[in-house]
Amino acid sequence: MFASFFYLLRQRGLDVSLNEWLTLLEGMEKGLHRSTLTGFYQLCRAVLLHSESEYDRFDQVFLEFFRDVPWEGELPRELMDWLDHPTEDLRRTLEELRRRRGEDKTLEEILQMLEERLREQTEEHNGGNYWIGTQGSSVFGNSGWRPNSLRVGGESRRRAALAVAGERRFRDFRKDATLDTRQFQMAFRLLRQFSAQISDAEKVLDVEGTIRDTCDRAGLLKIRYRNPRRNAVKVLLLIDSGGSMDYYSDLCSTLFQAATKSNTFQELHTYYFHNCIYESVYRHPRMRQEDRVETEWLLKNFDGVYKVIVVGDAAMNPGELLSQQYDWKRRVPMPSGLEWLQRIRAHFPYLIWLNPEPLPAYAGFWGQTHVHLAKLFPMYPLSVEGLESGMHRLMVK
Amino acid sequence: MEQRFTGGNEYVASAELMNAVNIAITLQKPLLVKGEPGTGKTMLAQAVADALGKRLIIWNVKSTTKAQDGLYVYDVVQRLYDSQFGGHGVDDISRYIKLGKLGEAFAAEEQVVLLIDEIDKADLEFPNDLLWELDQMEFYIPETRETVRARQRPIVIITSNAEKELPDAFLRRCVFHYIEFPDREQMERIVRVHLPDIEEALVEQALEAFYWLRGLRDIEKKPSTSELVDWLRALAAGGVDPQRITEKIPYAGVLLKKDKDLRTLARNQR
Repeated sequence: MFASFFYLLRQRGLDVSLNEWLTLLEGMEKGLHRSTLTGFYQLCRAVLLHSESEYDRFDQVFLEFFRDVPWEGELPRELMDWLDHPTEDLRRTLEELRRRRGEDKTLEEILQMLEERLREQTEEHNGGNYWIGTQGSSVFGNSGWRPNSLRVGGESRRRAALAVAGERRFRDFRKDATLDTRQFQMAFRLLRQFSAQISDAEKVLDVEGTIRDTCDRAGLLKIRYRNPRRNAVKVLLLIDSGGSMDYYSDLCSTLFQAATKSNTFQELHTYYFHNCIYESVYRHPRMRQEDRVETEWLLKNFDGVYKVIVVGDAAMNPGELLSQQYDWKRRVPMPSGLEWLQRIRAHFPYLIWLNPEPLPAYAGFWGQTHVHLAKLFPMYPLSVEGLESGMHRLMVK
Repeated sequence: MEQRFTGGNEYVASAELMNAVNIAITLQKPLLVKGEPGTGKTMLAQAVADALGKRLIIWNVKSTTKAQDGLYVYDVVQRLYDSQFGGHGVDDISRYIKLGKLGEAFAAEEQVVLLIDEIDKADLEFPNDLLWELDQMEFYIPETRETVRARQRPIVIITSNAEKELPDAFLRRCVFHYIEFPDREQMERIVRVHLPDIEEALVEQALEAFYWLRGLRDIEKKPSTSELVDWLRALAAGGVDPQRITEKIPYAGVLLKKDKDLRTLARNQR
């Protein structure tokens, strides 16, 4: 009977399998939900979810499902027309709307108010703070700005006007939030391939094998050795430093810390560049001349076994990416940034790009290179979730 | 007989946690508990065992633990010794089979509570190696051609600190609960259970300082319940004036274990 809830959960990205669903039904049959919505909520959470990182998403889906139901179809069609197709566009900025914000209301209050308004309202309203309308700051309507409000019609434009206004206590555990080193470290740990075939490693005594074999030979000593299990992954970290990346310096340093601290890689090398990689990269983020390393050298010395993580916002003047560089000393033209990046891309089969900035919906001036590079590189957001999916990508070609 | 867990004398459980425990017991599935260190994951199993009047068997998992260790160990060495010194019954292999914790839980006459503590410490394959055993509640010992089957399905509680991702197949078989860090009200109850005689004003001020401290952004290792209890003990023993707690945070070393965090505290102190 709740089959649509099952599909909604799956649709919202919660990986609920039929098995767990059946377990849930079994639990309900046994009365574990105690015939209350709260009981049902707890039962669902216990049986269907496997990680606290899913709690927040689940809360939202649960609210969406069990709160939206009563409102469907109950709104007069006229009202929906006003809301979905407002006749005037006030072109309000977010700041304006924010200034007009009143005090927060609880959801119960909002629902009660909504019912009152539904009885009273007879015409279209835009930009106000009382009626159900658009572009305003009342607690319902759309295209306005009001935290903790109910979206009626329209599409989510400002992220603040969510249709569901749960407490979101578990937001901190969301994997798509950017968090502390530990979580990055956890993500880095995905990047491992244990191998007993690392040639430079010393052999260790296989105690269990020795004992077993010795006893099998009725006490005649038979020593057995084996290779130790070590992580065989080698990592090359290329970090964009300075300029537009300054906003993200904390995040980058967190990532760097995590990579160094996790200490699980066979090798870890870090180099820095500014905006785009040209003929040189640098050993330090301050990028002085004496820290210079030729990109050519990099390509020669690091082979395709290395897993490469490029960190950068990919936002630059398109000229920096596309136009040919010129060596003023030797007075010869040099390859463009894009050519360098393409070479690097071709050289390293295991390569991802972590970007702290979300992919722009449409390419503005600074965004066009981002869009362009996102096509060329497997690009992931610089968040725990992004890093995790990136790590999985790095494990396979 | 219906068994219900309603918290213990020594353990303050939230309604959600009690519900999760009961769901796991009724559905006969292992309960996987996650949560910040110090939220009482390990103590939960003891509380459940006490409340239901069952024996508790604890299997502490370490990084070197193999799934096999929990089932049984075949002591070849002892058998070899015995054979060399002409001991009796060397032919009987079953004398040299020692059941592990899981095996012990299966073989018990009565239903027991089995705690598999910190399952994420072991290798990635560890949980998957136990899938069959936890599902079917039985395993086979090839040396003696014996099958050990649970007489009474044990109540299995598994804790994890999220050091490693647990395999999906394993997760799908568990009932999951995340223990939230207790809020102030609940924390007060927990403190009362541990320190029944402590001064009201002291607890009040100490909790104020404790939650303020936890709220500081740069604190790397946030103090947990056990540290709070230790701290309160220290405060009570030291006879600290409750009014001075929030401004001075005496014995901060009990709460914060890292030098860096102590420095952060000093910076943030009003």
